[in-house]
Amino acid sequence: MARALINLPRTARRGEVIEIRTLIQHVMETGYRPGADGVVVPRDIITRFTCLYNNEEIFAAELAPAIAANPFLSFSTVATESGILAFTWTGDNGFEQTETRSLTVT
Amino acid sequence: MRRVLLALLLAGAASAEPRQSGFELMSPGTQAMQRDDSANPGMLWVEEGRALWDSTGCASCHGDVARMRGVAARYPAWDAASGGPTDLAGRIAQCQEARQHRTPFPRESAEALALAAVIGLQSRGMPISPPEDPRLAPALARGEALYRERRGQLDLSCAQCHDANAGRHLAGSPIPEAHPTGYPLYRLEWQGMGSLQRRLRNCMAGVRSEPYAYGAPEYAAIELFLMRRAAGMPLETPAVRP
Repeated sequence: MARALINLPRTARRGEVIEIRTLIQHVMETGYRPGADGVVVPRDIITRFTCLYNNEEIFAAELAPAIAANPFLSFSTVATESGILAFTWTGDNGFEQTETRSLTVT
Repeated sequence: MRRVLLALLLAGAASAEPRQSGFELMSPGTQAMQRDDSANPGMLWVEEGRALWDSTGCASCHGDVARMRGVAARYPAWDAASGGPTDLAGRIAQCQEARQHRTPFPRESAEALALAAVIGLQSRGMPISPPEDPRLAPALARGEALYRERRGQLDLSCAQCHDANAGRHLAGSPIPEAHPTGYPLYRLEWQGMGSLQRRLRNCMAGVRSEPYAYGAPEYAAIELFLMRRAAGMPLETPAVRP
């Protein structure tokens, strides 16, 4: 499983805008580069990222070959209620990883 | 007498000229990436290293990794087994082989870099303090000689760029003073983590010379000299560099 770093506040006031930052370990191989043997290395990238807040999608991104390795994504949302945020990265070669974090809204 | 004192004072002022970490030459964006642990990709390797610290049994002797505070700032150190200096990666490999009786992680493997990164992080912000060990003197002299030796088809020494032309530009990129303050570090060009040896190999290939093999004693000698040259500068591991 890839290492992922997710940064968001543990608690927030209702209606507060919170910033969420995610970083995941991934090679993001473009599919255009020749390897040491001259053969083009097949594409291996994350293609989609989604963030669900209590099962409601609040952010999604399509990722493309030009995006750097270990992609960093930052976005914001309004803290509406306490619950679970689920972060899912899916990509080539069946890559799929989900991390969850809880948020307490006061 | 007064004139001698004045000359001494002037010399003192000249040698107290502040040294500059490569951090200072980076764009504000890349600097922000290094400063913020949630944006610094090197922290992914640190987290990997933290997991390896426990899973490979480092913790059973050394305890919590936080107890390694200050260790990375003291390397390369004298190694009785090889009769020369060893860098932190070499010490970790030796510990794995001699005390854990396992095949050490290969140099430059993700695991080796991860362990070096998490140990390096414990000393972040601490001044680089190379050991004052007289047994290291020959290697230190060798390191300095290698630093000043012209090499490769371009016939350039490290010093010709990093001392004589530091702060100027080479093909649009600023030339840093070559202080190894943040290794292992995340280099954007590599899209990954790398050791000082990897960086030295890049420069050697850049002047079109044959790099020494990974783990060669020449690297430990150069690192010893560079760390002595950078003594007192704060450690930045895991740094980010362009």
